[in-house]
Amino acid sequence: MENVRRVISVLVENESSVLSRISGLFAGRGYNIETLTVAPVPHSNLSNITIVTKGSARVLEQITKQLHKLVPVYKVIEHNEMIEKEMVLIKFPIEQNLADIQVLCGAYNGGIVNVGNDIIIGMVADEPCRIAHFIEATKRYNPIEIIRGGVVAIER
Amino acid sequence: MKMNGAQMVCEAIIAEGVKTVFGYPGGAIMNVYDEIYKQDGFEHILNRHEQASVHAADGYARATGEVGVAMVTSGPGFTNAVTGLATAYMDSIPMVVISGQVPLSLIGTDGFQEIDAVGISRPCTKHNYLVRDVSDLPRILKEAFHIARTGRPGPVLIDIPKDITAEFGDFVYPKDVNIPSYKPTYKGNNRQIDKAVEAILKAKKPLLYIGGGVVLSDASDLVRKLAEMGQIPAVETLMARGVMGAKNPLLQGMLGMHGNYSSNMAMSETDLVISLGARFDDRVTGKLSEFAKYADIIHIDIDPANIGKLVDVDYPIVGDVKIVIEKIINRLEGKIKPSRYSDWLEVLERYDNLYPQSYVDSDEVIKPQWVIERLGELIGEKAIITSDVGQHQMWAAQHYPFDRPRQWINSGGLGTMGFGFPAALGAKKAFPNKTVVNITGDGSILMNVQELVTASEYKIPVINVILNNHFLGMVRQWQTFFYEERYSETDLSFQPNFKALAEACHGIGYDVTTKAEFDEAIKDAIAKDKVAFVNVQVARFEDVLPMVPAAGALYNMMLPKKEAK
Ligand SMILES: Cc1ncc(C[n+]2csc(CCOP(=O)(O)OP(=O)(O)O)c2C)c(N)n1
Ligand SMILES: [Mg+2]
Repeated sequence: MENVRRVISVLVENESSVLSRISGLFAGRGYNIETLTVAPVPHSNLSNITIVTKGSARVLEQITKQLHKLVPVYKVIEHNEMIEKEMVLIKFPIEQNLADIQVLCGAYNGGIVNVGNDIIIGMVADEPCRIAHFIEATKRYNPIEIIRGGVVAIER
Repeated sequence: MKMNGAQMVCEAIIAEGVKTVFGYPGGAIMNVYDEIYKQDGFEHILNRHEQASVHAADGYARATGEVGVAMVTSGPGFTNAVTGLATAYMDSIPMVVISGQVPLSLIGTDGFQEIDAVGISRPCTKHNYLVRDVSDLPRILKEAFHIARTGRPGPVLIDIPKDITAEFGDFVYPKDVNIPSYKPTYKGNNRQIDKAVEAILKAKKPLLYIGGGVVLSDASDLVRKLAEMGQIPAVETLMARGVMGAKNPLLQGMLGMHGNYSSNMAMSETDLVISLGARFDDRVTGKLSEFAKYADIIHIDIDPANIGKLVDVDYPIVGDVKIVIEKIINRLEGKIKPSRYSDWLEVLERYDNLYPQSYVDSDEVIKPQWVIERLGELIGEKAIITSDVGQHQMWAAQHYPFDRPRQWINSGGLGTMGFGFPAALGAKKAFPNKTVVNITGDGSILMNVQELVTASEYKIPVINVILNNHFLGMVRQWQTFFYEERYSETDLSFQPNFKALAEACHGIGYDVTTKAEFDEAIKDAIAKDKVAFVNVQVARFEDVLPMVPAAGALYNMMLPKKEAK
């Protein structure tokens, strides 16, 4: 069976071990995690976990069902119609062309967020595939460090 | 009412109606043991190893259908309990295990006897808790019992730091549970049930595939009714032995790796599998692509994750198998002609006549299968049978005439050697008037042999029938078949004196080398009312047959030699 990419949001009760329950489930059953982000849901005692995974149709179905079985899990949303964004922070040496970098980041929904004595930091937030293009495009500016934030998604 | 956390634990156990708790004390759980000392609402059995405590609670749960309770201390007490948790988890057994933990202030400091119990047990519990505040404890206790017994049952661990069992708080045992994220589905979707009924009415060769879920949901009477009203043949998994009753002509037997010929052929040729609380374990299905190749599949299971996990299902029904079968029966009533499948039954009968479940008996040496059959004749339906893991377990499952659910207690999913004896203690505590026999091997019995002392102290007279082949027989069998008879580390010729061992622990032992001695030993052991070892010397190289080699197709069985008994 062909592996497909899937973005899943999991709404969980905000208890201390819930993340280990979820990451342990993925590790123990051999499911793949590409990215995983967690943050509390405002005005509630819930957290939202966004997981990007890959698997065959059978594996993806199992992932959803196994997540549902965890007691602190309220809701599992397998996204189809969604807005999907990922953030990336990227550090360049100060010798690089500030204006070029500014324009490049601008083209991917971002800009320069910090300029220090020896470094420039850019930030963009965009669709994950565009983030990959962006990172590719920054190569010629000799980036020192690249930090991706993991995907978040919301149903349309 | 104000009380400390330890008292809350005891109050909850009493409120849940638990009569017997199995456990072993230690530093981190001493506060609870102090309260156990003061109360008289339940009995505590001191096993001689925490693993045995958990298996005993498990055996109690399997025999009664109620939640079993075990109690252990932190660190090594807890790690000793892990095999017990995993065993119960794999077979979906309702259980609450309470473990002591180092005080909150020491958690994370590598304190004495600190181990991350919640972390270790996460993959082998249905749910677990680390209690961080005494005010949460009443709710957590209530939830733990609720989660253990509802939906697909399973073990729940409550890890309680020592300062929390000492701390005082308000205690009212909650009446209700409200866990918004935990709502098992029981009823089954009516449209799906309608479709399944249509499929049954259309099928020419339907087959009931009965799993342990039928035992867990106490649905055996309904399954028998369904089988009988439609004259639908049935096969049982290892976990479902007893559901149909050994004498039921519709029962083909057990299917799977050591299933009998007609059961495995029935599965290979059926056109409609009606799966009732079974989960398509690899020891049952063999090669998946050949499993029930010609069949549509109705899969009824309380756990949605079981459905479609291994095989594609045509009629998925999430729900309690008992409720769903009742609905199916109501819809079939008056519509299904019992003679409808008589051709199919005839085919299966021919298969059974071709290769019945059989063995070649001997006058020189006792055959292990004979021991099981004879035991069936001697104590039959009255007894509860537990077992360990190995050849003896398979022979018990194949040859004992199980008549009712919960009569057969064994570790099917995890296959835990050392399960049988402590589980027998749990079953006997629940049913003191029933004969309880653990069918075990010379390897397995040593894995919880210390329970001789427990059984003697508390006068829990269970009988251990040791099918002594001087081998780790099941592994030896694989070495014979698949490793060119290289018997690597499976020869148990070096033996303890089992009779003396039992007697050293205030039990009674019997050495059996003839059939007559076996009869005498069993009769005497029942009369003596003491924990017993009946050490039966059996044919060393006997194999469990039929056998489907791992990952082979079910219809490709290695069969016993065809000789009249
Ligand atoms: C705790 C544990 N360790 C190892 C095994 C692997 N194993 C399965 S059957 C078996 C042999 C059991 O020997 P015995 O109890 O003498 O039973 P027999 O097969 O000889 O009847 C072994 C070692 C197991 N199931 N459980
Ligand atoms: Mg043996």
